[in-house]
Amino acid sequence: MTEPALALRGLAKSFGGARALDGVDLTVGAREIHGLLGHNGSGKSTLVKVLSGYHAPDPGAELRLFGESLRLPMTLVEQRARGLAFVHQNLGLVPQLSVLENMRVADITGGGRPFIDWRAQRRAAAASLRQFGLPIDPDQPVSSLTPVERALVAIVRAFAAIASNRRGRELHGLLVLDEPTPFLARDDVDRLFRLMRQVVSEGASVLFISHDLDEVLEITDRATVLRDGRVAGSFETRQAGRERILELIAGHAPVVGSGRDRGGGVRAPPVARSAEVAFEVRDLAGPLLQPLDLALRRGEIVGLTGLLGSGYERVLHHLFGAAPATRGVLQAGAERIDLPSLVPADAVRAGLAFLPGDRQGASGAGGLAVLDNVLLPDLRRFFGGGRLQWPRMRAHARRLAERHRVRPPDVDMKLASLSGGNAQKVLLAKWLDVGPRLLLLEEPTQGVDVGAREDLWNAIREVAAGGTVVLCASSDLEQLEALCDRVLVFARGRCRAEVGGGSLSKAELLRQCYAAVAA
Amino acid sequence: MSGAPVVRGSSPVAALVERFALVGAWLAVIAGFGIALPGSFLTWQNFAVMFASQAPAALLALALIVPLTCGDYDLSGGATVTLAAVILGVLNVNHQEPIGLALALALAAGVLVGTVNAFFIVYVRIPSLVVTLGTASLVTGFVQWFSDSSTISGLDATFVDWIITKQLFGISYAFYVAVLVALLLWYVFEYTPLGRRMLFVGKGREVARLNGIRVDHVRAGALVASSVLATLAGIVYAGVLGSADPFSGLNFLLPAFAAAFLGATSIKPGRFNAWGTFIAVYFLASGITGLSMFGIPLWVTSAFNGAALIVAVTLSQFARGRVESDLG
Repeated sequence: MTEPALALRGLAKSFGGARALDGVDLTVGAREIHGLLGHNGSGKSTLVKVLSGYHAPDPGAELRLFGESLRLPMTLVEQRARGLAFVHQNLGLVPQLSVLENMRVADITGGGRPFIDWRAQRRAAAASLRQFGLPIDPDQPVSSLTPVERALVAIVRAFAAIASNRRGRELHGLLVLDEPTPFLARDDVDRLFRLMRQVVSEGASVLFISHDLDEVLEITDRATVLRDGRVAGSFETRQAGRERILELIAGHAPVVGSGRDRGGGVRAPPVARSAEVAFEVRDLAGPLLQPLDLALRRGEIVGLTGLLGSGYERVLHHLFGAAPATRGVLQAGAERIDLPSLVPADAVRAGLAFLPGDRQGASGAGGLAVLDNVLLPDLRRFFGGGRLQWPRMRAHARRLAERHRVRPPDVDMKLASLSGGNAQKVLLAKWLDVGPRLLLLEEPTQGVDVGAREDLWNAIREVAAGGTVVLCASSDLEQLEALCDRVLVFARGRCRAEVGGGSLSKAELLRQCYAAVAA
Repeated sequence: MSGAPVVRGSSPVAALVERFALVGAWLAVIAGFGIALPGSFLTWQNFAVMFASQAPAALLALALIVPLTCGDYDLSGGATVTLAAVILGVLNVNHQEPIGLALALALAAGVLVGTVNAFFIVYVRIPSLVVTLGTASLVTGFVQWFSDSSTISGLDATFVDWIITKQLFGISYAFYVAVLVALLLWYVFEYTPLGRRMLFVGKGREVARLNGIRVDHVRAGALVASSVLATLAGIVYAGVLGSADPFSGLNFLLPAFAAAFLGATSIKPGRFNAWGTFIAVYFLASGITGLSMFGIPLWVTSAFNGAALIVAVTLSQFARGRVESDLG
């Protein structure tokens, strides 16, 4: 019997006190396509990062590649030498360079030779492409390729890197494909699958990480589901049905103590269906978003979710003018906002506020003080007698920090030196202070500790109770259950379902997320 | 100095030392040369001359910190200094136009240069380093053609009087022009919403945009302001010399950048600021003046300025905590 391609035993990884991976076993057979499934926070991406050497695992884990016992983390060179190659979601291609340069990058930039034999490099690249029947010219720039062609090139490159690792005639190679499909159309996915089958017929094994149940059902031989950092199940794909896999991903829905009741009683009563419509989104569409119509009532908290690549977070970017929509209108009372020409400055003036997920790069300036960040949206309030009145500004910032329980309450500290939760409190406080009519939140509590999470949720509930409309885009289903009146579920850029009222639960949202992809 | 936050270092004492280290270094240089050359260096006359003759350099350095605060370089500043001086010379002397008209046209030329810079940097989205390197050479070429590459002397006597002859507390008015501009920039940076917006544009362009700041307008405005202030430097320079020199203004650029970065290590460490820049200009000038009194050859000035720029940028990088530069 041949050795399995990959055998992981007892893999664990903790960050601070939190266990992201807890005793994970994973076996990928030789010449097998193995699916790895799990929802956000299940430990899927941590596992990939540990395998690829980005994180060191906690001591005690065992790793065997084709029977050979190895230590993690491995360097890229060691990985290649043992037949392990990764294709990450961003593919790792440089668009401005040619297919040839991208495919042969390791060889071209590797040391040891005084000059590059371009003819040999071109022959090698062309041979790889021909091997898999890809009609791609090695000299064209990657930027001229379609998204699926880029994914194909990345996979062929990864295969070529390990193709020479053989014992006798047997190829010892494992390709790890980390969500290469979320932005692809159905026909393109078929092309990708054909290539994956070819790779396997050449003798390699594949670990295929995906959100898409149907894709996993279609392409994999076996699959493993992670939940809360542990293996929830490992099975022959053919023998498992959709429902069973979904159950493994979701786990058993908790009967009591769901997030909804944990808010500490600050929650406003559910918005009456008769409440007045404050905002109306009409025919909003963008590059990755199909036309959407949406009526938002005063004081409503509406969630947006979906699996990776479903495009739900784009709604926020288009409504704020952060990324231009291709068409659409936002009707705000009597005011009609043309979305394709909207810029953030005008959105702010119309009473919109946007808290992006990228906290230090887009939401706040980490190098500037809390005081600078928290007062930014409207400085005119503090301009009097021909000057900014710093004592008043300082006092106001202190009050905001206190009210939102920012720790430490020192407004002269750099934003970057606060913890994630406290920085987020500052950034939310900044917008709440100017009283927005429509608050757009993107992953508002990502990477935030439990206490700060409750504080942030309470602040969001409070502002909604005051009449502000809140749109919250998140893949954290527990958060959506705890916070939202209703949640829109997206797949492939389209709103597929609305979950609200009594049926709004984490388990139901999860079911809808996966069902939406299949629809 | 103001209520704006000075982001805290390790301890209040260390922060205070950091803020005023440059002032201390300046005093040390003065003391050093004063002891070595008591008769010539440590005289009011020497300082009065230095304050006035370095006023154009101070104005140019102040001009540069406006776009630098927004994250853009303006390498065309030195050329713009000569452009303004030569416009005064050609119009006022060669064409006998009234000085008022010449001054207005010189400032208008600054608006033009700044607008061209802003168009390519902000609208076409080319890095500021590339665009202003190009416009610097373009303007220099124009200046040589326009002036026939020769110094034009005989500027309007009243104008020259106002810049260099008339004095307050023994120092020519030229110096006070620079003081006024430093005051103005200090006020804008510290006490207006515009100054705060500029700071955010420089420290985080995407952050600024997503907080409703019209980043493109702010950057374009800063580039135009920089060129206009550079023409003001050129006007004062022409007044100080009493003539329009098509070449020597270019030499101000390097020390001006050195002063801008050195200034960013003090008063408000980690930020380009008006008073830090102002002090840095005179700190560098004191060093050069002292050295030249020792009869040190001309090449030392170039070497000194180049070294000063690198040391200044290194220090300001440490003041910022060695993070990746926001400048582009």
